[in-house]
Amino acid sequence: MHELSLITSVVETVSDSLAAYPGARVEKVRLRVGALAAVIPETLEFCYGIAAEGTPLEGSQLVIDVLPVVVHCEPCGLDSEIEGIQSFRCPKCGEPCSELRQGRELEIDSIEIEEADEVKR
Amino acid sequence: MELRRGILKKNDELAAGLRGRYAAAGVLVLNLVSSPGTGKTALLERTLKDLKAKGARVAALVGDLETDNDARRLASSGAPVRQINTHGICHLDAEMIGKHLDGWEGVALGELDYLFIENVGNLVCPSSYDLGEKIRVVLLSVTEGEDKPLKYPTMFNSADAAVITKMDIAGPCEFDLELARKNINEIRPGIRIFETSAKTGAGIEEWLGYLAEARKGRES
Repeated sequence: MHELSLITSVVETVSDSLAAYPGARVEKVRLRVGALAAVIPETLEFCYGIAAEGTPLEGSQLVIDVLPVVVHCEPCGLDSEIEGIQSFRCPKCGEPCSELRQGRELEIDSIEIEEADEVKR
Repeated sequence: MELRRGILKKNDELAAGLRGRYAAAGVLVLNLVSSPGTGKTALLERTLKDLKAKGARVAALVGDLETDNDARRLASSGAPVRQINTHGICHLDAEMIGKHLDGWEGVALGELDYLFIENVGNLVCPSSYDLGEKIRVVLLSVTEGEDKPLKYPTMFNSADAAVITKMDIAGPCEFDLELARKNINEIRPGIRIFETSAKTGAGIEEWLGYLAEARKGRES
């Protein structure tokens, strides 16, 4: 249950990024979360509502893109998505893969904001 | 507006700083993770005592929500041990490690061969937090069931070595060793797996041999 501390960090980072846009409000925050990131999207969403309260993010939408795990197969030389996280094998040849190319991401991808003077423009 | 910022950026930066400090000091740092009750402290007690007997300079940081029971237990080995109480936080992070390394009386990283970090007993959250360690060791006891790696793939996949503990009671627990090894390999192909009993000493020599090899790799 470290989702609340992660989301608090998201709220802080996004708030800081608004420094150049005084009075702006956040409409949408998009996260990239790998299937192996050890977080539960639903819990992130639940915590987001709490953490965003009283910040420029209050009332905004949190969008979480879950990224599947991509393994690198040495013999095939290929990167492939795997289904689920129960078996780390190349889907083409069945060889076990110890190298990951995707799946641990825990990133803020982008935000959509409404600037304070947006109505005037 | 594109941000592309890691949510754990602050921790990752602090961990990178720690990694640099460990390397400069020539100390091998290991992060021990498992469920509560798997036997991290028992393995560490044995490891500290045996490494010390071999003349190695060892120390440990030990994380728990509350109490300094583990630190007191480990201190009986004669090695310097420092407790980190997280007061409700379910994992250790790089900031906590940095703070406890600074001002650790009588302990200088440069005078250590091995530093062990015993994480909070939790197979989920600690997997996200890099502590700058060289080796992450995941522990699994024979009382927990062979399918633990499948239930907690995020942790097992992030480990560099796995230690099966309490092998002395594998029989009464009807522990299927081959199945456990297969499950670990399914989640983390090719990982080194040790079968140990801190009580009888079974498998401990092999484990210590691995640590010594890893340390040499560190120095080269």
